Amino acid sequence: MRDALHAEWTKLRTTSGPALLIVAAVALTVAVSAAVAAGVSYTAGTSQDLAKISLTGIYLGQAVIAIFAVLAVSAEYSTGMIRTTLTAMPRRSTLLAAKAIVITTLVLAAGSLAVLACVLAGRLLLQGNGFTPAHGYRVLSLAEASTLRAAGGSVLYLVLIALLSLGIALALRDSATAIGVVLALLYLFPIVAAAVSNIHWWRHLQQIGPMTAGLAIQTTTGVDRLPIGPWAGLGVLACWATGAMLIGALSLQLRDA
Amino acid sequence: MSAYQSTLPLGRDGFAQLLRAEWTKLRTVRGWVIGLLVAAVVTVAVGVLAAAASHASACVLRVGAAQPVCHAIPAPPTGPGGEPVSDNFYFVHQPLTGDGSITARVDSLTGLITSGDASPDQALAGARPGVQPWSKAGLIIKANTTQGSAYAAIMLTGGHGVRWQYNYTHDVAGAPGAAPRWLRLTRAGDTVTGYDSLDGTHWTRVGSARLSGLPATVPAGLFAASPDYQEISSHVGGSSGTIDQTQATAHFDQINAPTGAWTGTAIGAGGFARSDTLSGFSRSGDTLTVRGSGDIAPAVGGDPSPARGLDRTLVGTFAGLIALIVVAALFITAEYRRGLIRTTLAASPRRGRVLAAKAVVVGAVAFVAGLAAAAVAIPLGQHVLRSNGNYIYPVSASTEVRMIVGTAALLAVTAIAALAVGTMLRRGAGAVAAVIVAVVLPYILAVASVLPTSAGQWLLRVTPAAAFAVQQSLIQYPQVSGQYTPTNGYYPLSPWAGLAVLCGYTAIALGAAAYVLNRRDA
Repeated sequence: MRDALHAEWTKLRTTSGPALLIVAAVALTVAVSAAVAAGVSYTAGTSQDLAKISLTGIYLGQAVIAIFAVLAVSAEYSTGMIRTTLTAMPRRSTLLAAKAIVITTLVLAAGSLAVLACVLAGRLLLQGNGFTPAHGYRVLSLAEASTLRAAGGSVLYLVLIALLSLGIALALRDSATAIGVVLALLYLFPIVAAAVSNIHWWRHLQQIGPMTAGLAIQTTTGVDRLPIGPWAGLGVLACWATGAMLIGALSLQLRDA
Repeated sequence: MSAYQSTLPLGRDGFAQLLRAEWTKLRTVRGWVIGLLVAAVVTVAVGVLAAAASHASACVLRVGAAQPVCHAIPAPPTGPGGEPVSDNFYFVHQPLTGDGSITARVDSLTGLITSGDASPDQALAGARPGVQPWSKAGLIIKANTTQGSAYAAIMLTGGHGVRWQYNYTHDVAGAPGAAPRWLRLTRAGDTVTGYDSLDGTHWTRVGSARLSGLPATVPAGLFAASPDYQEISSHVGGSSGTIDQTQATAHFDQINAPTGAWTGTAIGAGGFARSDTLSGFSRSGDTLTVRGSGDIAPAVGGDPSPARGLDRTLVGTFAGLIALIVVAALFITAEYRRGLIRTTLAASPRRGRVLAAKAVVVGAVAFVAGLAAAAVAIPLGQHVLRSNGNYIYPVSASTEVRMIVGTAALLAVTAIAALAVGTMLRRGAGAVAAVIVAVVLPYILAVASVLPTSAGQWLLRVTPAAAFAVQQSLIQYPQVSGQYTPTNGYYPLSPWAGLAVLCGYTAIALGAAAYVLNRRDA
C-alpha cells in the first residue's frame, strides 16, 4: 500500500496540470470570497451571515477541485497510462484506495489553506465594511463554534466533491463527459428548485441536491430555517460521494482497462 | 515509363467540402449523436418535471415552523387586452349618460402604511403615515364596476405628478408636482380625454383614449388607490421582504359633475388578502374625502402574485446546455487526443477555415436541437402548469417565437464558445468546466438566491449568463413598482442585448482560438 501511495503521489507531483489546478482552486476560492466580502457593506435592519459571505468562493473553487479529481483518473485512460498502472499494481482495490487517499490528502491541505485565507480575508474586509460589534456583529473568528463548523465543513465539502468526481470519472472514463456530469449534478438542483413554485418540492430538491445540501454547512445564522440541517446536509453529500465511489469501484473491478 | 497518376477525380477543397467533412465526423461518432439527443430530451424533460412539481398555491414558511402554511390562490382578473391586472380601488361614482365631463380639484393626497402585524378588522392599528410614490387619486370613467373592465383615468400620484392612464398598461406623464391640482375628464362618444390645471382656468390636455364598446351609461367619478408597500432586504443567501397594505386619502373639492348623488363601491373588495376597512368615502359640505387601497395597474411577477412566467417551462435549457457543451468541446479535443487533428490539418492546411467549418457545424446542430427542444418544451410545460392550476402570464406570439429562437441561439452560441475554448485548451475537462462555470454559475448565484439582488443583477449584465435574458417572458412596467429581480424572472438587460453579451464573449474566444490554432503546432 505504501508503494501504491508513493506511485500515485509521484504521478500527481511530476505533471504540471494537477499542481496548477490545486493552486488555481485555492486562488479562485480566495479571490471570489474576498471580492464578495469587499462588496457587501453593513446596512441597518438587515442581517448577514458573515461566515457564509466569507466562504462564497467555494461555489467556484469546487469546480476546479472537480477537474483535478476527474483528471487524476481520466488522464490515465486518455494516455493509456492506466494499462501500465494496472500491470504494475494488479490489485485494483489497492489502486483505488491509494488514489482516493492521495486526492483526499491534497484536497484537505489545499482546502484548509483556501478556507483559512477566506476567513482571514472576510475578518479583515467585513470589519472594514461596518460589520463591527457596535452594529451587533461579532468579529469573525474560528474560536466560535458555528464559524469553526462552517470553515471546517467547507474543507470537508471540497473533499467530498473530489471523491464524488473521482467515482464518476472512474465510471465514465472520459474527462469531458465526467466533468459535465459532475457539474450538472452540482448546479442543476438549485436551478430547478428556483423554478419550482411548490415549496415542498423546493425543500425536497434542496435536501437531495449534492451542492445545496452540502453547502448548508456554511450557514451560521437562521439554521432552523434551512431545508436541511448543516451536518445532515453534509451527510447527503457524503451519500452521493459514497454512491459514486461504489459505482466507480465496480466499473474499475469489472471492466477491462 | 510514366509516373503514377491517380485515376481518382481531383478533389475540391471548397468550404462546402470542409463542412461536409466536419458534419461526417460529428454524425459518425455514436457518443456525440447520443449526447445531442440527450441534450434535446433533457431540455424538455427537466422543464416538464419542474412544471409537474409546481402547484398553484402560495406558501409561507414562518420562522421556527417546521412545515410551511399553504393556501390556494385564484387567478388574477384580466384586462381588455387579456393581460393579468390588479384592479382594487375605492370608486365614488354616479352614472354618466352620453357625452359629459367631470371636474374636481385634488386638495390633498396623504397616505398611511399599515403594520404587517395588524389584524384585518383593525387594519389601521399601528399604521404610520407615508404616501406611496404610485398612490393614486383622481377621476375615472370605467365601463362597469367589475374587475378588469376598460377604463380611462386622470390622476394625481404620490410622487410622479399628474398621470393619464387607461386600460391598465397605458401610462402618460402630465405635469409634475403635488396637490392641489385641478383635474378634468370628458367623454365624447368612445373617446375619453383627460386634462390638468394648476389654477382651474388654464387647462392642459394630458392624453386621450378610445375605449371601444363603452356603454352609453357608464359609472364615472372619483377614486383613490394605493399599492402595497414593499420593503425587500437582500442579504447573502437570499432576500426577504415585508409587504404591507397602504391607504391613500384624497380630499376633493370644487367638484363639477352632472348630479350630486354619489355611490361608493370598493372595486375588488373581499379579494385575496385585501382588507375592506381601508377604504370608504365621506362628505362634508362641498368636500368629498375618498380613502382607497390597492392599485389599478397591470399585474407583475413576484410575491404575492400567483402568476407564473412562461420562461419557467424552459428551465431544462440548463441541462441541455451542459450536454451540448460536452459534445462541442469533444468535437475538437477528441481530434487532439486521437491525433486526427494532424490528418485534418494536412487535408485542409488553412486552419482558420477548419475552425470556421467546425463552428458552423456544431452551431447549426446545437441550434436545431435547441429549436426542437424549446418548441416542444414551451407548449408541453405550459399545459402541465395549467393543469396544475397555475395561471401563466399570456405572451404574444412574437414573444413566444423570440423565446424559442432565442433559446436555440443561446445553445448554438454556447456550443461555439465551448468549441473555441476546447481549441485553446486542447483538453476536454478544462474546456467543459470553464464554459459551464462561465455560463451557468453566474445564473445560479443570481437566481437561486445566493447573492444580494444588486450583485446578482450586476452578474447578469457582465457575464455570459446575461444571455438567459432572451427567455424573459414577463413585462416590466415603469408605472408599477414591483420586485423586478432575476429571481422573479426579470433580467437587467433586454433579451437581445443579453444574447449579444454572450455573442461578444464567444467572438473573443473564437478569435483567440483561431490565433492559437494558427500559431501552434498541432
